[in-house]
Parts: sequence; structure tokens; C-alpha cells
Amino acid sequence: MTPADKKRVLREMLFARRFEERCYEAYVERKIGGFLHLYPGQEACAQGVMEAARPGHDYVITGYRDHIHAIKCGADPKAVMAELYGKETGSSKGRGGSMHIFDVEHHFMGGYALVGGPFPLAAGIAKGLKMKGSDAISICFLGDAANNQGTFHESLNMAKVWNLPVLYVCENNLYGIGTRIDRSTAVVDQYKRVCGYDIPAVQVDGQDVEVVYQAAKTAVDHVRSGKGPYFLELMTYRYRGHSMSDSNAYRAKDEERMWSKRDPIIMLRDRLVDAGEISLDDYKAMDTEILHQIESEIIKFAEESPEPSVNELEKYVLADNDPYVRGGVR
Amino acid sequence: MAVMMYWEALQRAQDEEMTRDPLVLVMGEDVGVAGGTYKATKGLYDKYGAERVIDTPISENGFTGLAIGASFIGVRPVIEIMSVNFAWLAMDQIFNSAAKVRYMSGGQLTAPVVIRSPGGTAHQLGAQHSARMEKVFMGIAGLRVVTPSTPKQAYGMLKAAIRCNDPVFINEHELMYNMKGEVPDGDYFHPLEGSEVARPGRDVTLFGYNISVHWCLEAAEFLATHHGIDCEVVDLFTLSPLDRAGIKASVSKTHRAVIAEEAEAPVGVGSEVIAIINEECFFELDAAPLRVSARNVPIPYNHKLEKAAIPSAKDIVHAVLKMFGK
Ligand SMILES: Cc1ncc(C[n+]2csc(CCOP(=O)(O)OP(=O)(O)O)c2C)c(N)n1
Ligand SMILES: [Mg+2]
Repeated sequence: MTPADKKRVLREMLFARRFEERCYEAYVERKIGGFLHLYPGQEACAQGVMEAARPGHDYVITGYRDHIHAIKCGADPKAVMAELYGKETGSSKGRGGSMHIFDVEHHFMGGYALVGGPFPLAAGIAKGLKMKGSDAISICFLGDAANNQGTFHESLNMAKVWNLPVLYVCENNLYGIGTRIDRSTAVVDQYKRVCGYDIPAVQVDGQDVEVVYQAAKTAVDHVRSGKGPYFLELMTYRYRGHSMSDSNAYRAKDEERMWSKRDPIIMLRDRLVDAGEISLDDYKAMDTEILHQIESEIIKFAEESPEPSVNELEKYVLADNDPYVRGGVR
Repeated sequence: MAVMMYWEALQRAQDEEMTRDPLVLVMGEDVGVAGGTYKATKGLYDKYGAERVIDTPISENGFTGLAIGASFIGVRPVIEIMSVNFAWLAMDQIFNSAAKVRYMSGGQLTAPVVIRSPGGTAHQLGAQHSARMEKVFMGIAGLRVVTPSTPKQAYGMLKAAIRCNDPVFINEHELMYNMKGEVPDGDYFHPLEGSEVARPGRDVTLFGYNISVHWCLEAAEFLATHHGIDCEVVDLFTLSPLDRAGIKASVSKTHRAVIAEEAEAPVGVGSEVIAIINEECFFELDAAPLRVSARNVPIPYNHKLEKAAIPSAKDIVHAVLKMFGK
């Protein structure tokens, strides 16, 4: 990454942080309903991997903690916020909500709420890319606890047997809601579980975006060159509760303090300040500008957008007027 | 028109569609080298190779999800699930991914997969190989459910399902793969919505689907010959969405209805059809509609018990006679 890249990355991660914090406020104001899973603390994961990948070209799929992954692929943050507000202008026309952001134009293939659901979908996208002779790859971001689903093992097995171009990124934040990983999982280091499938697997620091980027570059190159699947484990931490309805009472304060000292944004900022690339004032100005953009463009758009019409409740259940439903087509 | 077996019709449909479109693939357990448990994919592996005729590991949820993911970007997968009893393992991907993705993406993504699977009681296969699941699938918004009763329907529906942009579940039957029938030459696409009058009649409508259409036809013959009752048999080849107009038209003509389903009665095709009759043409009825269904038990192994658990043409005859007070 060049210094210019690093400055952009810093801005994007700070944007991600502020975007999610603003979602929190909007939820408290009851503008956003349902389940809301936020990303603060984990920004370097999506950022670092997508720096190494080709956003908008490679296909990305993930779970319910999906706003930032969609934006990293190129989704318009206004449409993402409007989706959270349940508006017709939302990325899923208000039918999806926070857990179901989609932006197929930018190859963001969706957020899914069933833990482990995207594993085989990602392998399938990879199968399709292979059949079409595409040079794009399929990237699946999921959490640590998802790896206890059968789909994890079924998908790794199929990806290896059929040599599919899929990168599985495990954002290991040490918890599945309130259950710490060592209380639910026999082998705590997730990359070790992958050896049963003869797929290359590494574990790196998920808080240092440059480390994530380097590891992801190796991973992405491996997959894109036709060598088959790859597993990348990123050690990370979420600052807030699992979702807005989570009290977050199960984690030790010491543990939280320890991780807050390794904040991905602050670490990169300090590195850039030390290198004389930016000043703290530059950073503050950047922050102010981001907050302004979120308020004056993104929130404004979401607030002012119309809700879907109840007359269109049944739209999108099935294809419109598919000729083969009527038969007799040649 | 050529006469062929049900499995041959399925094989021909897949063969033709694979020749036409290089993005059509078939996958499932033993569909490739072994040629398919019921031969529906016979010869395809040799013709199209391992990339498109895929022998899967025994991971129903995994490979169904994989097919759904591939369908997101234009692949047209035909999944064979060896027995519908195993489809329970794939329910998460069918229910939560395939059926819902169009809606929850606001129309951006669709999962045009075809899932074929035999469901039904065959011959002493025991409780875990004899269940029917169509009642479960037909309750899922976003999923089409069809169930061919003849080789012609099997051929035409599979071809239409492969080309249709919605996910389609095709409910087949273990006992029907060797059934013979005429199949049109050349491309023929059977509708994926509607119903068909398999035998016109005046006195009572017998509703059936898949194998029970044949029980209805047999019962109709018997009732015509021995009791002078003229039955209309309606083939509900589409279970979701059920053909409201077709049900209404026939009941408005005969004023009586018997629904024959191989599955147990609770939450079934019969209850749905009766609800539709109530909603559409209740005042046309001359008698309360009746259901002929399986007994509500896991299917037993013992031959006599098995036979007693599922309905037959004879049970339909009894129901009709009861309705006519005979
Ligand atoms: C199949 C399924 N089971 C349970 C849940 C409820 N649930 C939602 S998230 C979650 C924990 C997942 O943790 P992890 O995979 O580590 O991801 P993280 O939230 O930490 O990013 C659970 C149990 C669900 N959504 N789906
Ligand atoms: Mg976790």
C-alpha cells in the first residue's frame, strides 16, 4: 500500500466506524428496527481483504453484520442507510433490512441471517465463476462461531474436491453472541480446523489493516491463480454487544480494555502521524468531514425517502410473468 | 410422439437442456458415474463430463446451497435429492436461501434452481424412506412446487422448470419411474401453474396429484362400471400455487369433491383444496367434500401395515359411495 492508499484506507475505516455509530443512534431513536449488528472494532478485516481483492469485480457474501462489506464492494452508503430505515430507496427496497443488504450490481451477493448459510452459497458462486471462465473469485466473510455449522465442513470439502475459487475469511472475534469461543469450540484456532480439508489456512492479526492486506494478498492471489480455496483467519474484536438487543455483560472489562488498545483505526492513524504523512489536525478534519457527510447526505436521504407501497407487498416473491410458467413456449 | 418411461422423459429433458445451454448442470448423489438411482441422469456423465454432471458428497444442505449460489450468477442447476426424506437436511438452504432471496434482495437476486426428488411410499422401505414432503414445500412462499403424474408432464415440466427464473421443486415418486406414456417429440414445455382434467365427468370431482391421479382414474372406472357414477378426475400437477380457477370450475360443474392424497391428512393438499372450495364455490356444493389420505403414522415396514397406512383406489371408491349414500 502506498502512503496515498493508507490515507484512503484510514478514511474509509473511519467512515465505517462513524457510519455504524450513527446506525446505533438511529436505532435508539427508533428509526431503525429489527436486529442491528454493528462492526466497530472489526473494520480492518473487511477493509484489508477488499484492498487485496477487486471490489465490484470479485463476488462477496457474508452474514448479518453486513453494512460495511456491502459499502466496501461499492454499495452506496445512502442506499444502505435507507435500507436500514426500511425505505423504497434502500438497497433491497426496504424488504431486506440490516441483515439482508444486497448490491448485485457491485457483486455484493448479500447478507444472510442463518449462521453458516453463506458457506455453500459462496462455493456455488465460485463454481459458477469457474464454469464461466471468469477471473473473479468468490469471497465469504463469516464469524468464528459459524464454523460449528455443518455447512462449514460440507463447503470446505466440496470447495477442495472441486478446486473452487473461493476465499473463506473468518473474522474471529472470539464470541458467538455471548458464548466465548473456548466454551463452544473444541479447537479454538480456527485455521487448524481446516487442515482436515487440505486447504491452505493462516491466522493473522485482524486489527492491523496492513497485516490483513498482506495476508489477503497472498490468499487472493492463490485463489485467483486457480489453485483452489483458501482460508484466512483474522483475530479481531467487536466493541459493542452482538446486536442492539445484547447487554454485552459477559465479557471481562480487562479483555475489552486490552482490545481497545489495538484499535485498527488508531493504530493506522498513529503510524501515519509518526511517518509524517498526516497530522492529528488532518485526522480531526477528516472526522468532521465524515460526520458532516453522514448527516447531510446519508441520513438526510434515508429520512426523506418514501416507504414502499403496501400495494407492492407481494412484488418480488416470484418472477414477474415468467413465460415458462404458462408453458407452450418455444 | 414417442412412448417412453418416466425416467427416460426426465433424462431426455435434462439431456436436451444441457445440450442447449452450457450453464445447465446436474448434481446429486450418484447421478454421474453411476447414472442416477432411478436412471434419470443416465448417460449424461459420459456426454457432458464431471464439471457438469456432479457426483456430490452426502451433504444435502451443502450441495443444495452450492447449487443455489451458482444459480445466483446464471448457472441453471438441476439438483437430484435421492429421496425426499433427505431433503429435510437441505431445508435450510431451500427455505431460507432459494425461496427468500428474490424477496429479501428487493428483486436483485433470484435462485433459478430445480430440485427433483422422489417422495412417497414405495415397497417396505420403512419410516425414514417412505414419507411425503410436498405439504411442507407447498407452504413456502417463493418456491414453486409441481408434481408430474405422467412421462409427458415429467418431460415438459422439467424443461420449463430449468428455464423458469424461480426455484422449482419437482415432486416425483419412487413407484412411477418405470411408468410408460407418450411424450411429444421436440421441445415441449408443460405449464408450471394450473391443473388438468384427466377424465371429464358430471357427478363428482376426484382431485389427485402425482400417483393419486392414477388411483382416482382407477376409482372412476370402477364407479362408472359398477355404480353408474360419472367421476371427473382433476390432476393438480401444480401444488404451489394451487389452481383456484381449475378447482372452482370443476366443483361448480359436479357440485361434489373428493381429494385423494398419499400423504397424511393434517396440513395437506386436501385441507388446502377444501379451503379453496370454501372460499371460491361453497354454495355450489351438494355434499361436504371428503379427503382420502394416509393414516397419520410413520410408515411401517410390515407389508400389511404399510398397505393399511396409505390410501388406494378402493378407499376413493368408498369415499364416493359414502358421499352418495350408497
Ligand atoms: C442457524 C442460526 N442459529 C442461530 C442463530 C442466532 N445467532 C445469530 S448470530 C449468532 C452468533 C454467531 O457468531 P459468529 O459466527 O462468531 O459471528 P459474529 O456475530 O461474532 O460476527 C447466533 C447464535 C442464527 N441467526 N442462525
Ligand atoms: Mg464471533
